[in-house]
This record gives sequence, C-alpha cells and structure tokens, in this order.
Amino acid sequence: MNANLKYTASHEWARLEADGTVTVGITDHAQSLLGDMVYVENPEIGRKVAKGEECAVVESVKAASDVYAPISGEIVDKNEELDGSPEKINEDAFSAWLFRMKPDNASDLDSLLDAAAYQAVVDSEAH
Amino acid sequence: MLKRTPLYSAHADMGAKLVDFGGWEMPLHYGSQVDEHHKVRNDCGMFDVSHMQVLDLKGEDCRNFLRYLVANNVDKLKESGKALYSAMLNREGGVVDDLIIYYMNESWFRIVVNAGTAEKDIAWMQEKANGRAVDIAIRSDLAMIAVQGPNARERLWQAIPGSKDATESLKPFYAAQYGSYFIARTGYTGEDGFEVMLPSDDAENLWNALNSLGVAPIGLGARDTLRLEAGMNLYGQDMDEQTNPLEAGLAWTVDLKSERDFVGKDALLSKPVKFQLAGLLLVDRGVLRSHQPVSTPCGEGEITSGTFSPTLGQSIALARIPKEILPGDEVRVTVRDKQLRAKVVKYPFARNGKSLI
Repeated sequence: MNANLKYTASHEWARLEADGTVTVGITDHAQSLLGDMVYVENPEIGRKVAKGEECAVVESVKAASDVYAPISGEIVDKNEELDGSPEKINEDAFSAWLFRMKPDNASDLDSLLDAAAYQAVVDSEAH
Repeated sequence: MLKRTPLYSAHADMGAKLVDFGGWEMPLHYGSQVDEHHKVRNDCGMFDVSHMQVLDLKGEDCRNFLRYLVANNVDKLKESGKALYSAMLNREGGVVDDLIIYYMNESWFRIVVNAGTAEKDIAWMQEKANGRAVDIAIRSDLAMIAVQGPNARERLWQAIPGSKDATESLKPFYAAQYGSYFIARTGYTGEDGFEVMLPSDDAENLWNALNSLGVAPIGLGARDTLRLEAGMNLYGQDMDEQTNPLEAGLAWTVDLKSERDFVGKDALLSKPVKFQLAGLLLVDRGVLRSHQPVSTPCGEGEITSGTFSPTLGQSIALARIPKEILPGDEVRVTVRDKQLRAKVVKYPFARNGKSLI
C-alpha cells in the first residue's frame, strides 16, 4: 500500500502530479489477483472519460479485466512502455502507470479512498 | 463444501492459490503461472490430478462392453499396458466425456475420466453395463500425480527407487504396474513424462520426494496453457454433449471403418460435418478467449479455448470454424469492440519444448 496515493474500490490507484494531471494505474492487490500480465489496452489520448467509465483493459494469461476512470477528465498521456513489457505491472504496480488524465475537477480526487480505506476493501474481499 | 485431494495440505504449504475447479479445491498456481509453464517445457514439473477419476473395469465381458461404449476401437489395444484415447458419445453423437483406457488384460481395463463429469460418466457406464459380465470399480482410494517435462522420467525414477527397470522401456501411451504404483507414459502437456496412480496415503510422500529432487509444483493455470499449446481438447470447453466429435478435432479417435456398432455411431453417420476445430494465431495485439466470435469468408465460428501462449509469446486459440477454411487463411475475431486479425494454423502449437508454428 502506498500512503501518497488515492484508490478506488475497483482497484485503481490515482496520483495528483505537480502539473495538475492525475496518473492512474492498478493496485498491487489487483495485479496479484490477475497474475502474469500479457497485454495492456490503453485509451486513446484526447478521449474524454467520465468517472467510473471503462477506459483500459489489462489482460493476464488467466483473464481480461477492465480498468475504470477514477475521476472524470481527458486522457492526456499513456504508458507505451507497457505495450512491450506488460509484466512491469507485476513487478511494481505502483510505478507501472497506465495513463494520465487532466481532471475536470481536481477536487474529485478527494472523493476517492485513502490507503486505509482501500486496505479495508481488500480485507473485506478476502472474507 | 469443496472436495479436496490427498495433497490439499501440501498445496497450501507450498503457497498455492487455491480455487474451486468443478467442485474441487485445486491449486491454480504457486506464484507465477508463466514460470510454471516454462518449467514444464524446459525441465519438469508435477501436477496433482487426483481429482480425475480412475475406474477399473473387471470381468470377462470388458472388451465387448468397451467396443460398444466408446467411439474409438478398443481392438487397437492388443499389448498389455497399451493406452487409447477416446470419446464416449451419447445416442445423438454428442460427447459425454473424453477418457483414456488402459488395457491390462482381458478382464482388466483401467479408465481415467474427467473430474467434473465423473459422476455422470459412472451412471452412464453402469447403465450400459447392465446385464453384462462387467464390474465397474470406482477407485477413489487412488491419487494421481503427473510428472511432465524433458527431465520428468529421470526424476520419477529417482523418486521411486526400482521403478526405472519397470518403466524405462515403456513407449508413449503405455503403462506398467510397479508395486502399488500404476505408471503411465501419458500426459496433458505435450511433453514427455509419466502419470502415476498410487494409493492416496502414499501421495504426499511421492509429492515431497519429487519436490526435494527439484520438481516444481504446477497449477491448473499452466496445465491449461500447456495443453492448449499441445493442441489437446478440454472437455466442457472444446466439446460437450452438444458437440459432434467430427467437428471438434476428434475424427482421429472415432472409428467409423469397422463393422462394430457403438453408442452414437448412427447419429454420427447421419449428420453432415460443417465445422472443424482449427488453430488460430492472433496477428494483431490482444488475447483470444473462449466464446469470442470468429468471422470467416465461409461463415461464422467461435473460439472454444484461447489464451496467451508463453512458448510462442503471442495469443493462440482453438476455434470451431467452417470446414472449408484452410491453414494460412486469415479470419477476424471480435474482441470487445474490435475486429482483430488471426491466421488459421495447423495445431499443435508447441510440443517437446519447442514452438511448431
């Protein structure tokens, strides 16, 4: 768990950058559930997405899993390094980001879970 | 309550991720499914397949009974220890299950059926055996461990002292009894190796002995990618009771040449064959999965099994598509909202450590 990040109950993490954009990835818990990553399909740059909208897909050998926009905004960048090395998500889910967004409202981040609240979500799924 | 094999606590101790597999609590992987896959292709690994059901057919009418029960011809079994892969069909020609029959002697044939279908299979067999001199013994007292990979046989010989003499000369698809071990040179990976049936109480000893010789435990995840690369059907996915075996890549196992009657034969002879099971190699980026629709110039089809192939480093699939489509042809697969290009290929995709594509 990384205390400086915000989380969703659908296992995305989000980080506010100094330039006002928000970087998004999937959590370590999510990668451990999915197993060996083999394919990442990121959204097109320039696409506008609403909070909760499906905007990326990560696929492991086992299964495909949708990634949802944690907040509303525009996709401004995507991590093309993952095209050739999706396993970087398994190696370090918190540095292998998927895409960056320009938020419609930066304050939307406040509605996301903090590390402790996300940990509670993970714990409740284990039961 | 999920059923557990005699190796359940061994899996838990080894850090297995355990999942519900057809009512059995089974290891999916022990860390990395891809690492386990490569381990089997390049060295060797061991699988707990004790959930599969061993049946012993005893009695003087065994061979006659099997001639009628299954689609392949048990008269191919002449030498003691020889094994035969076959489908067992219903009256409509659909596949009740696929199984392996080991011929030991005229009053003993051993059959291994799938876990999820075992109960149904036994009821079906008992009904067909009614009135015949055949007894079907359900060997729930046996466990089964598969040791697969280029070094598998050597490791098993080290783990079971004395077993080498009894099994060194076994050709592929033959089995021999060694003490309380029934050792078959069969498997579900496309690699050399053995499947060992043994008393449940001895399973943990053999498992631990193999592990201490460096044989890695392999979960059902890698078992699936290995069998798919090897072009082997999975019951419930590549075929079921609605599937014509002649449209499921099983024509080589269906004997329609002999005069012999068997369950489902009339139905098969009266049905036109419109589809084939073909291999697909994804050209575009993505991952093929079961049930994705396939478009071809000759009509529609469907993926029955798809995955990312660790050996090829790209996605592969088995698909039921119109029989007119040939290897080398290009088809389109609908993956979410996209149409991806895939090439039709002859399978198996990989065996004996190597890509065949």
